[in-house]
Amino acid sequence: MSILGTRVMRVEDPKFLTTGGVYVDDLRDPRLDGAGHVTYVRSVMAHARVTVDGSAAAALDGVLAVVTRADLADLAPPPVPLGFIPPALGRPWLADGVVRYVGEPIAAIVTESRYAGEDVAELVSVDYEPLTAVVDPRVSATDETLLFPDHGSNTALAFEAGSLDGLFDGCDVVVTQQITNQRVAPVPLEVRGTACVWEGDGDDARLTLWASTQSPHGARDQIATALSLDPDRVHFIAPDVGGGFGAKFGVSVEDLLLAVLSRRLGRPMRWTETRTENMLGMGHGRAQLQTVTIGGSRDGRITAYSLDVLQDSGAYPHFGAVLPFMTQLMATGTYDIERIAVRTKSVVTNTAPVVAYRGAGRPEATAAIERAVDMFAAEIGLDPVEVRRRNLFAKEAFPLTTQVGAAYDSGDYAGALDKVVAAAKYDELRAEQQRRRDSGDTKLLGIGVSSYVEITAGPEAGTEFARINVKPDGSVVVYTGTSPHGQGHATSFAMLAADELGVPIERITVVHGDTDLVARGGGTGGSRSLQLGGAAVHQGALETVDRARELAGDLFEAAAGDVVLDKARGGFHVAGSPDDVRGWAEVAASADAEHGLIVDTDFTAQGATFPFGAHVAVVEVDAETGKVTLLSMTTVDDAGPVINPVVVEGQRHGGIAQGVAQALFEEVRYDEDGNPQSTNLADYAFPSAAELPDFTLVDMATPSPLNPLGVKGIGEAGTIGATPAVQNAVVDAVAHLGVRHVEMPTTAERVWRAIQDAREGAK
Amino acid sequence: MTRITLTVDGAKYIDDVEPRMLLVHFLRERLGKTGTVVGCDTSNCGACTVHLDGRSVKSCNVLAVQSDGHEVTTIEGLASNGELHPMQAAFHECHALQCGYCTPGMIMQAIDLLQDNPSPSEEEIRSGLEGNLCRCTGYHNIVRAVQTAAGQPAGGAAATLEESAS
Amino acid sequence: MIPAPFDYVRADSYDAAAAALGEHGDEAKLLAGGQSLLPLMKLRLATPAVVVDVSRARDLAYVRDDGGVLAIGALTRHCDVARSADVTAHAPLLAHAAGSVGDPQVRHRGTVGGSVAHADPSADIPTALLALGASYVVRGPGGTREVSAADFSTGFLETVLAPDELLVEIRVPSARGEAWGYEKFTRRAIDWATVAVAVQKRGGETSVALANMGSTVLRAAATEAALASGAGAADAAAHADEGTEPAADVTASAEFRRHLARVLTKRALVAAGR
Repeated sequence: MSILGTRVMRVEDPKFLTTGGVYVDDLRDPRLDGAGHVTYVRSVMAHARVTVDGSAAAALDGVLAVVTRADLADLAPPPVPLGFIPPALGRPWLADGVVRYVGEPIAAIVTESRYAGEDVAELVSVDYEPLTAVVDPRVSATDETLLFPDHGSNTALAFEAGSLDGLFDGCDVVVTQQITNQRVAPVPLEVRGTACVWEGDGDDARLTLWASTQSPHGARDQIATALSLDPDRVHFIAPDVGGGFGAKFGVSVEDLLLAVLSRRLGRPMRWTETRTENMLGMGHGRAQLQTVTIGGSRDGRITAYSLDVLQDSGAYPHFGAVLPFMTQLMATGTYDIERIAVRTKSVVTNTAPVVAYRGAGRPEATAAIERAVDMFAAEIGLDPVEVRRRNLFAKEAFPLTTQVGAAYDSGDYAGALDKVVAAAKYDELRAEQQRRRDSGDTKLLGIGVSSYVEITAGPEAGTEFARINVKPDGSVVVYTGTSPHGQGHATSFAMLAADELGVPIERITVVHGDTDLVARGGGTGGSRSLQLGGAAVHQGALETVDRARELAGDLFEAAAGDVVLDKARGGFHVAGSPDDVRGWAEVAASADAEHGLIVDTDFTAQGATFPFGAHVAVVEVDAETGKVTLLSMTTVDDAGPVINPVVVEGQRHGGIAQGVAQALFEEVRYDEDGNPQSTNLADYAFPSAAELPDFTLVDMATPSPLNPLGVKGIGEAGTIGATPAVQNAVVDAVAHLGVRHVEMPTTAERVWRAIQDAREGAK
Repeated sequence: MTRITLTVDGAKYIDDVEPRMLLVHFLRERLGKTGTVVGCDTSNCGACTVHLDGRSVKSCNVLAVQSDGHEVTTIEGLASNGELHPMQAAFHECHALQCGYCTPGMIMQAIDLLQDNPSPSEEEIRSGLEGNLCRCTGYHNIVRAVQTAAGQPAGGAAATLEESAS
Repeated sequence: MIPAPFDYVRADSYDAAAAALGEHGDEAKLLAGGQSLLPLMKLRLATPAVVVDVSRARDLAYVRDDGGVLAIGALTRHCDVARSADVTAHAPLLAHAAGSVGDPQVRHRGTVGGSVAHADPSADIPTALLALGASYVVRGPGGTREVSAADFSTGFLETVLAPDELLVEIRVPSARGEAWGYEKFTRRAIDWATVAVAVQKRGGETSVALANMGSTVLRAAATEAALASGAGAADAAAHADEGTEPAADVTASAEFRRHLARVLTKRALVAAGR
């Protein structure tokens, strides 16, 4: 029987449960003894000309250096994080005469002791000459104040699809709404941290750098490019990583600068940011202002949809500037809409850069259309589930290419919706809602539905590396170019190898995160790991078996084609002669007595995959205070066949919670001068267990034709489905009072005001 | 510098520390007990939770000098002779950890919770963990783990709705 | 984040603490449970030159039934107050409020006297004590004085305590068998109250105290007056925000706080049987 699909508890757990993981700040590598500690002096103004004087600080005992931009004049600027971002919008190593957001690094202090850094930072003198702070992206779009005069515009990128001409002609009903998909903070529990050391001299010097990242190979290449080094001279290690959620894809300038400081001062260096720095500087997610317009017939057929996106990219465009491309690609969602048009623009503002955050562009698309469909349903007086059913792409239509150019591989959207509606007992919920309304109960019930599809391991067809090494003792080491930080690859990938090799998972180790041990890799992000990295392990295992059959054939003096693998016994025999079995150990040793059998492989997918699902959220709204309590979440998240249900459920739970958190609690706010209002976890409403219910997961598995495992990504699905389901539920709870929309997060005050405004409007 | 004497995970330590040194930094930097981690600046996240004289505290919010003469237990002092504490075992059985960063603090608080209330309701478990944040798990399996450690039939991580044939 | 450097004085008794305060005056800050002070010091919003650690002064940690008055040592921890049989019997409102402070870890360290002396207007303990008509025993070189809860806080994080004085005891007239109500509104369980309302009945009179409706905890005077004149809960609660000046912050606007004060007061009054 195959191990795939069975509940295997994680093999990586024991150390986390007993001594804790080894995160960057936990490293006690002797090469880091005597490391200098780096502390960044960060801007307290959003937009200003700055002059820095670090001389008083530099003169103090225990201070090794105070470094400003002037000290780095010989360095070329760090490369822009993505190739198509205009270089004029790139960020400097340290603020270059102008600061563009609160938290931007101005100077780097290196001290002997860690505690001294914070004391010394207070003594670095920074003069600020304020400039007009551009905080609202709508103001930025006017180009009245330019953040980068050399660029000549505040617009970083723009995308569009479809034609607006006559888009809504012939519609009986057209509904439009402005929606804020608010800026949120990724908040991995482990903040950013880096440690590095140079070994060797001159041109032979080699850098070893540890950083908390999702993509060690990409980060190595970033460093090599920034420092004009051959990538072979950088050894990058991602130790245990305490969560990333997209925001730790690659490394930041603060990480890169450590390598420079270490080289110049001839010392190993360490940097661990504070939570406050993390909230100011790691980057934020989402941050879109959207305008949706939806039109169709009174009988519930949607025929036209337009989405306008103004993306706040923050001060220095990063992945955030590109989010609208993904939003555009997924704009039509699960709906077969005849005419669709998308216009997007990404602008810079005097706020922290916007980066990738769980879902990265797709949750924004889903939130937009799912609110739009609910508003359309409300306008024509039809049940939102029924409206969805009338417009979903039919199961028979796959594969298909949408109006905005996405090639959906497989799906059964109506099936997912039907399952979740049945599991949530939707009709009973509606009856209970009506009962409460009729009885004048102040605890109103809201039921919210979302139907979603997203794209994983895209938008281009991806590739990933794996090495399978069967040791001469018969144990197996799997090397993967993915870089898990909680996703359980050590277990799931071992299962994939075990399934093809017939080696028990107890004898399989998974290695990742070290660029000297793993030749190449794309890291973990965009829900790519299983469908690319897992598929590579699967492919590598098959190739290993093929190679082993040849080796066994030599041992048996038989043709490879006559040799079969008996997985149950973990060995090979000639077909028809099952008694003479040569085990993996013997076969591997015959390849190389010292290293065993090694097979390298690169898997290339035929295309991105499109996981989908449907969520039902139930909330209770206190009509007097506006307070929202989430009562239940029931979800179908179909990412194809499941390798390990334990891990997949965990991914769904976590994703759902983050989606809920955006809908109900979290928001990064700046005041009109660009001062951040939520710089710690006291102000930023990251929810605890006490704010959330249990989640009910419903299984569904529709295979993808695009990889041999049929799998799709599951890392972000929960987040994408949950946010609009919860927001829709909140609006639904108070819809009978005349409320049409409530912005996220749907705080008590927002709900209370929406009720007040609806009452005023009704007068 | 101030001299302190304390017991950590059963071993006695004497050290001279700067008065402003936080207990969590003492554990990590002086004793090398890096299992206890720092997740925030404001004592909201609970990642640094340890037991001080048998009660859970946030070690980022206690000065090392305040632990003088007291007894500290960290995640590293729970397992004995290679055998996991029942709460550690329950976290494994219920897949109550992903990246693992919040896990030590979460386990220390969960143990305190059951010491205080051996048969908590789900609501009591959730409110008992109000001071510990996790970004990965959505808390669902953490609640299951605490129920499991309390000997309640929580069904492990298998909280998936079984589908009728359809 | 770490506090700025400071000199450390350990004071394991009232006398030792008084001596330290006498020596260092307003350069010194008392460290009790430290659950409010240490975060402020880490963020460097508080930078005392001298920290006088009284967390071990066990002569100030007790709960006593003083014949109709509950006497609580200032350094009694929240968790011990919440579980105390005497507090539960004589001032169940206070036991409930102590169980609502922060999170379990905070309640294991934080002290009721520390909470009172910190004088945060959104704190549970001073709000409950105000409704209970408590008084605070303050001792210094000039002797001992008793200050009513209503007169203790003079502004945001400010009190009548002189630099050389200590809050040593909290005295609560027994409210055994009397009805009470406590309504706390937060975004998350761990958060400070957006607004909280404590109601304590005593004989025929009803006291109503508000958290986070101004720079100090406040009595809802207009509501109390309306109740005294025979108004019902709903009518009286409609006056709860009269005379208050709530702040606006990232959690709530002033207008919403006023609304919450009215709603929560009504609910607390109903819970207390009005």
